[in-house]
Amino acid sequence: MAGSTDVEAVTLEGVRLAVGGRLLLELERWALPASGRVLVSGPSGSGKTSFLQMLAGLLRPASGRVLVGGQDINELPEARRDVFRGRTIGFVFQTLHLVRALNVLDNLRLAAFLVGNKVADRRLLELLERVGLADRADARTYELSQGEAQRIAIARALVNTPRVVLADEPTSALDDERADTIRRLLVGSAAESGAALVVATHDSRLVPHFEERLVLGGHG
Amino acid sequence: MSLIRLSLAYLRLRLATTLLSIALLALGVCTIVVLLLLGHQLRNRIEGEIRGIDLVVGAKGSPLQLLLAAVFQVDVPSGNVPLAEVEKIRRHPLVARSFPIAMGDSALGFRLIGTEPELLADRGGTIAQGRLWEAPMEAVLGSEVARATGLALGQTFVGSHGLTGGLLHDDHPYTVVGIAGRTGTALDRLILTAVESVWEVHDRPDAAAGGDPRHRAGAEAHADEDRQITALLVRYKSPLAAVQLPRFVNAQPSLQAAVPAFEAARLLAVVGVGLDALRLFGALLMGAAALSVLVALTHALTDRRADLALMRVLGATRGLLVRSLVLEALLLTCVGLVVGMVMGHGLVELVGRLVPEADAVGLTGRVLARGELWLIPAALALGLLATALPAVRAYRSDLVGTLSRG
Repeated sequence: MAGSTDVEAVTLEGVRLAVGGRLLLELERWALPASGRVLVSGPSGSGKTSFLQMLAGLLRPASGRVLVGGQDINELPEARRDVFRGRTIGFVFQTLHLVRALNVLDNLRLAAFLVGNKVADRRLLELLERVGLADRADARTYELSQGEAQRIAIARALVNTPRVVLADEPTSALDDERADTIRRLLVGSAAESGAALVVATHDSRLVPHFEERLVLGGHG
Repeated sequence: MSLIRLSLAYLRLRLATTLLSIALLALGVCTIVVLLLLGHQLRNRIEGEIRGIDLVVGAKGSPLQLLLAAVFQVDVPSGNVPLAEVEKIRRHPLVARSFPIAMGDSALGFRLIGTEPELLADRGGTIAQGRLWEAPMEAVLGSEVARATGLALGQTFVGSHGLTGGLLHDDHPYTVVGIAGRTGTALDRLILTAVESVWEVHDRPDAAAGGDPRHRAGAEAHADEDRQITALLVRYKSPLAAVQLPRFVNAQPSLQAAVPAFEAARLLAVVGVGLDALRLFGALLMGAAALSVLVALTHALTDRRADLALMRVLGATRGLLVRSLVLEALLLTCVGLVVGMVMGHGLVELVGRLVPEADAVGLTGRVLARGELWLIPAALALGLLATALPAVRAYRSDLVGTLSRG
């Protein structure tokens, strides 16, 4: 399966994460196997988003190492870290969805272009097919409903066949039916792509669907 | 997907602002292009008209007026000069070649000029039809005169007193014996004839009334002594003449020397002030356009903060985002530049074709004006300058802060 390897998708070693002088997280060792999935939960302000940003190399921990696919992401110079992130990590946000200036298919093309990947349109259409929106390829993003936009964001997160997909509150603003659709899509698509999945949320509806949970807030 | 496609998509997203920026820039470029073309062709025209003429001799007064009247054929002469005094100049050892110019009449709205037949070839003209004049009251029409009047070889016409029309000299018809080829100079708008034709019409005041032949003979004798011309076009034999001849001419009681190179430079300086002022206006327009690009990009950046953060998360480097903004500004600038240049050249070409006076002087938009190519780097530099601030802001954007705010 593309992106799957024996190497753990994410490994944290001796990590202490602090934001604004407040310690959010301290982990001796934590690993997420390839194709594994974890739910990161905790109350508002507990550092769930910061945790995802740390995994993506956007936030540097006070100490310790963050390895993605065996690569210490913080060892890389900024420009290479940016490209590495784009190639190895897929993102799904709650509100930060799509580029308004581009249509749906171009949003997917953009994800490949920004990291210098060449991805055939056929594969992009397959991804849209997988999230049930193949017929919306030419739609402008502002024509999409929030649920549709979220599904497109899931498809985009998988464009570069990432090792890990990070989702930040992907279902919080959705009703039960749509939340369930997005949850199934996220889990199913990540699994099909062989990507590990990290979902940060305070949405309790997702809890029963994740065997592994990482609860933040203990250091608050 | 490509950077250009991304930049174009953003330009399309805010189409009204994009079009406004392009329009402003195009207007500035167009203004400058028009002025450069007019200035360039005006300078060429002036330099072309005076080429080969080192000195113009005429009646005392304004030397610039003398040049405009005798060479450019756009002003009235300040007076006539006695032929006897002019002959002294023609015989001067430092004069290589000279041509008399006798003015005073016009025909069918065009100036009648009495001169020597060799003048036509000397001023770059040719005979397209017929021949040069060989006797008084024979005339050669400039190409524009022939086109406008429809006169053909063998046809006759009469002159009228004054350069803008007046009393008709009905008894002294001219016969068209030749039509000159187009030169794009003042020659095209002149009717050339022998100096003697001008004298014949004016030296016998009773001729028009068909008076007593004895009286007429007396008048002729009197006229021979008082024969005058309007100006003399002089070419020097040696550079030394430039020092001595004007002084010699000005020492004559009724003569004045006008040095075309000097007077033309003075004329260009006067016209140039106006052109410079208009060019400054064009530059201001371009500056306003750059400001508009700056405002547009700054607004775009504020609107696009989330997009930029998203693209960084998706793997875009800071450099790539800056390049995308710069490309956007360059695309705007290039389109504005091309539209402005096309508009400028098109406008001048249109005026050249639609306005008869402009057509007569050969005004065209199908040439590149001197200095016009500098507009390209200047406009691009202005575009880049307008991007600098937004680009720095994009480069320094707080990614984590933006993501945290969602």
